[in-house]
Amino acid sequence: MFKKLALAAAISIATPVMALAEEIKVGILHSLSGTMAISETTLKDTMLMLIDEQNEKGGLLDKKLVPVVVDPASDWPLFAEKARELLTVHKVDVIFGNWTSVSRKSVLPVIEELNGLLFYPVQYEGEESSKNVFYTGAAPNQQAIPATDYYLEELGVEKFALLGTDYVYPRTTNKILEQYLIDKGIKEEDIFVNYTPFGHSDWSKIVADVVALGADGKKVGVISTINGDANIGFYKELAAAGVSADDIPVVAFSVGEEELSGLDTTNLVGHLAAWNYFQSAESEANTKFIESWKTRMGEERVTNDPMEAHYIGFNMWVNAVEKAGTTDVDAVRTAMYGQEFPNLTGGTAVMLPNHHLAKPVLIGEIQEDGQFDIISQTEEVPGDAWTDFLEASAVLKSDWKDLGCGMYNTETKTCVQIKSNY
Amino acid sequence: MLRILLTSLLLTWLGASAALAQTPASPSGFRELLQENFKLIQRSSVKTVGPLLSAIRDGKFEQGAEFLSKWEEKDVWYRKQDNRLFYVKPNAAKAYDLVDIETGEVTATAKKGDLRQIKPNSGVRAMLSAALVEFRLASSDPNIRRESLESISRNAKPEHLKALREAIAVETDADLKTRFGMIERLLAMQYGENTEVRVSAIQSFKESLGLEVRASLNPLLSTSIQHADKLPSGINLARVIVPGQTVLLDDGTTRKQTLIDRLFDRNVEMTVDEAYERLAGKNGLKEVVSREQRDAALVDNLDQGRVGGFNLADLDNENARNRAYRALADAGKVPSSPDGEEIADAVSNHVFYATYDESDKSVTDAARDTLGRINMAVRWNTYLDLFLDAISLASIYFLAAIGLAITFGVMRVINMAHGEFIMMGAYTGYVVQQFITNYTLSILVAIPMAFAVTFAAGVALERLVIRYLYNRPLETLLATFGISIALQQLAKNIFGTQARPLTAPDWLDGALVINDVVSISWIRIAIFALGTIFFAGLWWTLNKTRLGLETRAVVQNPRMAASMGINPDRINMLTFGLGSGIAGIAGVAIGLYAKVTSELGSDYIVQSFMTVVIGGVGNIWGTLAGAGLIGILQKLIENFNPSNTLAAQTYMIIFIIIFIQFRPRGLIALKGRAAEA
Amino acid sequence: MTAANTSLNSGKVALGGPLTRFLMNNPSTLLFIGLLALFTIVTTLLGEGLGIGVVSTSMVKTLGKTLCFCLVAIAMDLVWGFCGILSLGHFAFFGLGGYMIGMWLMYARTEIIVLKAGKAATMPMTPEEIRSAVGEQIFGVVGGSEFPLIWAFADSLFMQLLFVILVPGLLALVFGWLAFRSRVTGVYLSILTQAMTLALALYLFQNDSGLRGNNGLSGLQNLPGMESTPQALVSIWFLWASAFALGLGYLLVKLLVESKLGNVIRAIRDDESRVRFLGYNVEAYKLFIFVLSAVIAAIAGALYYPQAGIINPAEIAPIASIYLAVWVAIGGRGRLYGAVIGAAFVSLLSSWFTGGQIPDIQLGAYRIQWVNWWLVLLGLSFVATTLYAPQGLGGLFDHLSRKKGNPDG
Repeated sequence: MFKKLALAAAISIATPVMALAEEIKVGILHSLSGTMAISETTLKDTMLMLIDEQNEKGGLLDKKLVPVVVDPASDWPLFAEKARELLTVHKVDVIFGNWTSVSRKSVLPVIEELNGLLFYPVQYEGEESSKNVFYTGAAPNQQAIPATDYYLEELGVEKFALLGTDYVYPRTTNKILEQYLIDKGIKEEDIFVNYTPFGHSDWSKIVADVVALGADGKKVGVISTINGDANIGFYKELAAAGVSADDIPVVAFSVGEEELSGLDTTNLVGHLAAWNYFQSAESEANTKFIESWKTRMGEERVTNDPMEAHYIGFNMWVNAVEKAGTTDVDAVRTAMYGQEFPNLTGGTAVMLPNHHLAKPVLIGEIQEDGQFDIISQTEEVPGDAWTDFLEASAVLKSDWKDLGCGMYNTETKTCVQIKSNY
Repeated sequence: MLRILLTSLLLTWLGASAALAQTPASPSGFRELLQENFKLIQRSSVKTVGPLLSAIRDGKFEQGAEFLSKWEEKDVWYRKQDNRLFYVKPNAAKAYDLVDIETGEVTATAKKGDLRQIKPNSGVRAMLSAALVEFRLASSDPNIRRESLESISRNAKPEHLKALREAIAVETDADLKTRFGMIERLLAMQYGENTEVRVSAIQSFKESLGLEVRASLNPLLSTSIQHADKLPSGINLARVIVPGQTVLLDDGTTRKQTLIDRLFDRNVEMTVDEAYERLAGKNGLKEVVSREQRDAALVDNLDQGRVGGFNLADLDNENARNRAYRALADAGKVPSSPDGEEIADAVSNHVFYATYDESDKSVTDAARDTLGRINMAVRWNTYLDLFLDAISLASIYFLAAIGLAITFGVMRVINMAHGEFIMMGAYTGYVVQQFITNYTLSILVAIPMAFAVTFAAGVALERLVIRYLYNRPLETLLATFGISIALQQLAKNIFGTQARPLTAPDWLDGALVINDVVSISWIRIAIFALGTIFFAGLWWTLNKTRLGLETRAVVQNPRMAASMGINPDRINMLTFGLGSGIAGIAGVAIGLYAKVTSELGSDYIVQSFMTVVIGGVGNIWGTLAGAGLIGILQKLIENFNPSNTLAAQTYMIIFIIIFIQFRPRGLIALKGRAAEA
Repeated sequence: MTAANTSLNSGKVALGGPLTRFLMNNPSTLLFIGLLALFTIVTTLLGEGLGIGVVSTSMVKTLGKTLCFCLVAIAMDLVWGFCGILSLGHFAFFGLGGYMIGMWLMYARTEIIVLKAGKAATMPMTPEEIRSAVGEQIFGVVGGSEFPLIWAFADSLFMQLLFVILVPGLLALVFGWLAFRSRVTGVYLSILTQAMTLALALYLFQNDSGLRGNNGLSGLQNLPGMESTPQALVSIWFLWASAFALGLGYLLVKLLVESKLGNVIRAIRDDESRVRFLGYNVEAYKLFIFVLSAVIAAIAGALYYPQAGIINPAEIAPIASIYLAVWVAIGGRGRLYGAVIGAAFVSLLSSWFTGGQIPDIQLGAYRIQWVNWWLVLLGLSFVATTLYAPQGLGGLFDHLSRKKGNPDG
């Protein structure tokens, strides 16, 4: 039996190894089943659309781009397994994938070992810079910090409720924000932190607690890093409690057009979200992007920030490959630094030597139609891999171009480690 | 913080408006003023918009108020080519008529692409709204007056008090007048002209619970911590702090830290070290040298691999580093650090105390007294609110579990796909809403539809699978688990992975607000009502109808029942269908309150089984008791540790496991032969 | 039931003599161990680490992990197939085993990095500094920096290896004692075990649990001090270790179920009260089997997670343990090779179907994507197995071999 199995296995893997020379393989590592499928399936479709469009333009280096889609099924160890499979069995030239931080941490050792190339499109907690990953989503200073500044300066919020799902992104973001707020003169007791499990649905007590924070006469603001469909229950409860955005504004870092499409937004008008992209951004490129997305996927579909991140990441990769004349990972990585590509909100995204993008930060207010009204847009903010607001990471910097190190201690002038933390 | 911000803004307004006032404010100068400040309007910010607002107010333009309110409502647009501001009106030709701000006449038309909307953020909108207060308080529309009043209550300023008092005098609407009076008293607490006015305003709120009352009272009692050689007189003293000993209680008083305080992590208000930090550096008291400063000093004084008499390589522990530093300090190369005794001495030679920022003692006394009463009432009401929450959670668990109470509790069939029946019900509700857009009607249709769909699914499951497995309960579990994952994936394939909206009708929006502390959303009340109806209906069906009698007979002894002329096949099928159908209706309810996803069912399945097991298998009273116990306990545990709901769930399950030790048959156990069935 | 009859018959054959005699009497065990050895050798020769490189490293890892699944399936079969306790919480033990070894792997690997970076500083690091720097590295990514108490022995491989056995064993002991003494049986026990694993998963999901919450422990495939060793080689080592553990586990459990003790536990499965009336301390027997199988599961987990590379609380969510029961059911419970076949067959098939290697089927206007339909197929196949082949795949084997005149396979 086992011999048979082994034999079958050997046959099954032997066939796809023979890649045709005139193909460039693009690995797509997004969960198509399990809890994260809700967000990640959209990104898979975005990638397929981008690849098709590129092939219509004549492919890349006169070769056809071939997507290789695998399903890591929202199972974090499976991400590592599938990444290895993509790199060693399918021999893909680049991977676009992952959503959650834990899945990225699972994949990191594998791509660093095999010298792969990953484009990670989601806003994340920072404190990481891998040689083999380009982070096209926002670092904390490109989303959380500007949003907090907006609260402090424009809305005069004096008391903060940091609500998050209990996992690494909210934990780290809130840790950074807590320190940032204390530096800004907010007292520690005026910062209320709460963590809930994934998919939490019983929000009444937490919402009541937040409302009660206002009892000492200070203006309360909520910073939400609540993830995924737990948001639906949260916003429903918020609306039921009659909390208007004028009394207690809520700014969310994980709620975009896609999440709102599952909600009736009439009662949420005025609450906020901070992203680097909103569908409502006015630019020609965006109009075109939305149009081709809707033609492909259906009129009711919306676009969101991680999709833009893939859009920028993919196009930068294409340009870098053309510049390098090869898909070799090291050559492409060198060609990536300083790559510029117009983003969908009007400006230009630049790839920095720390593998992060410089992108503008947008703050939007929820509208009745589930779209966002952009009420604030900054200049391009360079993504910072190691936050300046935590003591331990303030001394660290990442520069793969000149220093060749993702975790460089500027005090001792040494590279702490070449591989990343996972 | 806000107040400082506002005063500084006010000052900049005054300064800037003086400068702006030099431009001639002719009646026709309004447009020019706006165009001059175009950049400021386009990218408005709380920090910059002040001067313009005062210029508009000082200029006394007749169009000023209209412009501000249009600006606030995001009705101001500009033309991209020349940055000219307009109001717009959509016209028949799918374009926009541009309305001149000064004349109010249509001057041009433009396509949407040539125009941009000006979107002030909500901070700016609040300022605009505040600037319009006087204007709006005099409005003839009561709704505008009310809105303006809310704007004051959010963002009160001393000058509002006068406007408010004038408005009260002429207010005709009785409701509004009470509200006016309330806001007036709130303002009077802070800004009243003399002590009597303020104290009486404060005392008038003794019976109140309101959040805004507390929000106005608490700032009156803000304190700041100070220290001196001995307690000075003539200050409005809040409390004396003994460093390292006293804890601050909720009511503003202090007491010595007790063992209980330690157990509950109630720390002393100020540690000795913190107290010393306030003193250090003055009067010859030495600064404490931190570990980082010590290490930096050691590195700085490194001399040929040696420092303070130690080899560098030996400094690999705290003790050696401390001794090396002390050696350096003795040699006078670095400042010495105070030792424990010096710190304790310095601290005990000072007195630390807190004073109220408000200097009027009778005001703070009245405020403390009133707030004390209010907080007591708030505490009781918080427990009431918690209880309502618990009941509501219990009714959700009850709804999710009641179908199981029949299939598992009565029939002893483990149906792991029960959660997926709940999900099917929720999706049925979603599908119905796609066809019937009236939410009330669609829910009324969805409930029987969901019942029908899941009833049919239940009957099919029973006929095709479960009836072959009646004697093999563990295998039923596996087979139905197979059904469960297949159904879940099917739902994903059909409806996609996005959460689908299931919208409650308007009359279920919002909450029943009893007071500012106790409120419960209507949707939860509806779920509670639904749970009650189910319970009554099911109890009646099982105990008072023919079907119920036959079901109980078949469950207790199928062969005997069959010989009495009951068809056990038919009864099993109907009972299973009934349990599944109820799960479907529960699905609609749960979907309304939370979300409709393919994982909706699996979120509730373990909890549902727990509910049935805890309550006691075999009767629906047990399920009721089980749901009640779980709901109340979970809320209680959450209340102990409000920042972590996950822990509450873990402790809950551990409690259940231990509970089963003492009552293995559940809260309400059947006795006699039925128990063995 | 035929399963009960055949296993009772086999009980007579076992005499508990020396190992060789036992193996002679149980040719199936000998056959199994032989096949396992052959499989390991062939994979080694075909693998990239030491062989000709036809089988990729990711495949070797998959095979190694499958062997661990087979081992935990044997533990499950022991407790369910032979003792009648349907535990839906065995992945709690599997996961705990992984966590215990993972703590050492993470600590030791990070310590090496910290010490290397520390050489650049002017002063040598103090033990406190080293520990806090390691803590910063490990917990920094989850927004913490301090070591919780449970990491007290994380720097000692010996202690953590001991914990691999002790911690899950103790959990099983306490839980089993509580459950069995109050005579919780049947589906109640199943639900209770499910609740146990859910409680543990929820607890570990919290960041405050001290095991990095939802992120879990990652980078476990990199063995401390062996960064330069290629994964191709490491994967082969783990394949050997897993195969060895599986072989040993199989032999041990087989010895156990063929002994007198095996007869008692089978009797408990078939009629608990009758065994109790005969004077046996049923609870003690059940508790022993439960704890033993928990320890086997934990060892399987400790071998599995260094190959998977990451462990987190989602791994011990109730669904994983239910899958385990399904493997054993499909393989055929009450026969050890059945459990092995079930675990290997279903988990390999599952990774094959979700791997995107199977071409989609165009069905008129609809395109069947296996990624989307695999779970539906799997679910329905459970139903089919329970209804039409309650003995599972192993039952088919028995059927075939019985035709050849060998009743015990």
